[in-house]
Amino acid sequence: MADSTTGVAEGPGAAEGPGGRAADRSGVVFAERPGLVEGVRAYGLIVMMWLRSTMAYRASFVMTAFGNFAATAFDFVAILLMFSHVDELGGYTLPEVALLYGVSGTAFGLADLVLGSMDRLGQRVRDGTLDTLLVRPVPVLAQVAADRFALRRLGRVLQGVLVLGYALVTLDIAWTPLKVAMVPMMLLSGAAIFGALFVAGGAFQFVAQDAAQVQNSFTYGGNTLLQYPPSVFAKDLVRGVTFVVPLAFANWLPALYVLGREYPLGLPDWVAFLPPVVAALCWLLAGLAWRSGLRAYRSTGS
Amino acid sequence: MGVRTVRLYAVVAAGGFRRHATYRTATAAGVFTNTVFGFILAYTYVALWDERPQLGGYDMSQALSYVWLGQALLMTCSMMGGGFEDELIERIRTGDIAVDLYRPADLQLWWLAGDLGRAAFHLLGRGIVPMLVGSLAFDLALPSSPGVWLAFLVSVALGVVVSFAIRYLVALSAFWLLDGAGTAQMAWLAAMFFSGMLLPLTLFPGVLGDVARALPWSSLLQVPADVFLGKYPGWELGKAYAFQAGWALALLLVGRMVQSVATRRVVVQGG
Repeated sequence: MADSTTGVAEGPGAAEGPGGRAADRSGVVFAERPGLVEGVRAYGLIVMMWLRSTMAYRASFVMTAFGNFAATAFDFVAILLMFSHVDELGGYTLPEVALLYGVSGTAFGLADLVLGSMDRLGQRVRDGTLDTLLVRPVPVLAQVAADRFALRRLGRVLQGVLVLGYALVTLDIAWTPLKVAMVPMMLLSGAAIFGALFVAGGAFQFVAQDAAQVQNSFTYGGNTLLQYPPSVFAKDLVRGVTFVVPLAFANWLPALYVLGREYPLGLPDWVAFLPPVVAALCWLLAGLAWRSGLRAYRSTGS
Repeated sequence: MGVRTVRLYAVVAAGGFRRHATYRTATAAGVFTNTVFGFILAYTYVALWDERPQLGGYDMSQALSYVWLGQALLMTCSMMGGGFEDELIERIRTGDIAVDLYRPADLQLWWLAGDLGRAAFHLLGRGIVPMLVGSLAFDLALPSSPGVWLAFLVSVALGVVVSFAIRYLVALSAFWLLDGAGTAQMAWLAAMFFSGMLLPLTLFPGVLGDVARALPWSSLLQVPADVFLGKYPGWELGKAYAFQAGWALALLLVGRMVQSVATRRVVVQGG
């Protein structure tokens, strides 16, 4: 963080203050660096700019962050209401469902925090403002992802973490080192899998501009799906989110390993350790989709 | 109201309908999303009603109908916002509202007509397909008599008016706050929770349930769904309508009063 702040200070536009164009005027800063490092660095700079602009309206930030927290908390309230009528849902107790919920909610929240702005891409394609991003000497993906970075989405992450904490405290798990390591692993891999979905969704919007909503079915819809145990859903649906859109690796499979429950579809034990591999694969595919989407992009003109 | 006035608002309503009908890809994408969520929620309801048949006074097929009705009415009754209010807030913020106040039409009725047109489109465009898919994939409790369908449509229409009246108040808050984003967010949170979109209000425990069922938001989904499921036989239907119409009227009147206070405050800045 400190590093990127100095990066801004070096740029000639740094004196512009929040909302100024510090990031693009300091274009020289980005020169001569390998793609990924440059992208992450640019992302950091743009995010810092949006953070400063957000913090100009602190009260508004606090309110919207709370709203974000409350909106996601309602999902869990619904689950609590369900468990006020039953002891088990699909054979799972409340703490077990809370673990699934907490992992999925936190992982999705992290991805949403970092890449949630991707669904504004369709809008940019429609109104032609994407062209501005193309002429800047910064990777387009970094610019789109950092566009209007919304720190209020921390509310969602916090909510997921709280439910996860509740689950870990109440669950009676025979912890082994492997199971302990599983928790951070599934949060990070899950966030990466959801992140890849956001990028793939962004690539899809190059083609389908108006259809930004379809992306929500996989991101928000996927998150809702993963909050419930797989035993609740039809076999075909579980198959779909295991082999087609591999959401099951974000929390179901590793969390079932931690819980010591049986896997869906008779999958073998070792699939619980696959999430990092699946996440890497997702990013490879999402990256390819993004490249071809960007290449196929044709401006709408003036 | 003269014939000309009626015609005016009819034209505004038709405009609202056409305006939303323009975005066909977006509508298809929305239908897709509603359907996906319908499936996810339907399976969780199946798990719940498997454990507790007759929970909340619904059997399995009624509970599943409730899920798909929720998806079908989500946009129609603007349970997650996204209707006219963002635009009205923007007009208040920028001062364009002065032009609206100048028009030879009533401000509230103008926006109501437009929102009814929008709701009609969303009912057709976003409601029918998810309901159809839901009824093919699951065993739903669809009314057999056309009378119940008609009664349901009336209840939906009343729900849209209640929803409008609430969102109109939300938009008017911009006269004082200028940035209506916070109020709009609070409003849709309340609507999601108290309309029965999360879970039928009949499943809410004790006092929370009683309060939730008495609040205006239950008009958006819970009441129309119960009409659809035949929970209001015979004269009972009148009670449901009276509840919805009562809230609609009260909230519209409050909207009118707030509006008259607000418009006295308007100071249009030149430029």
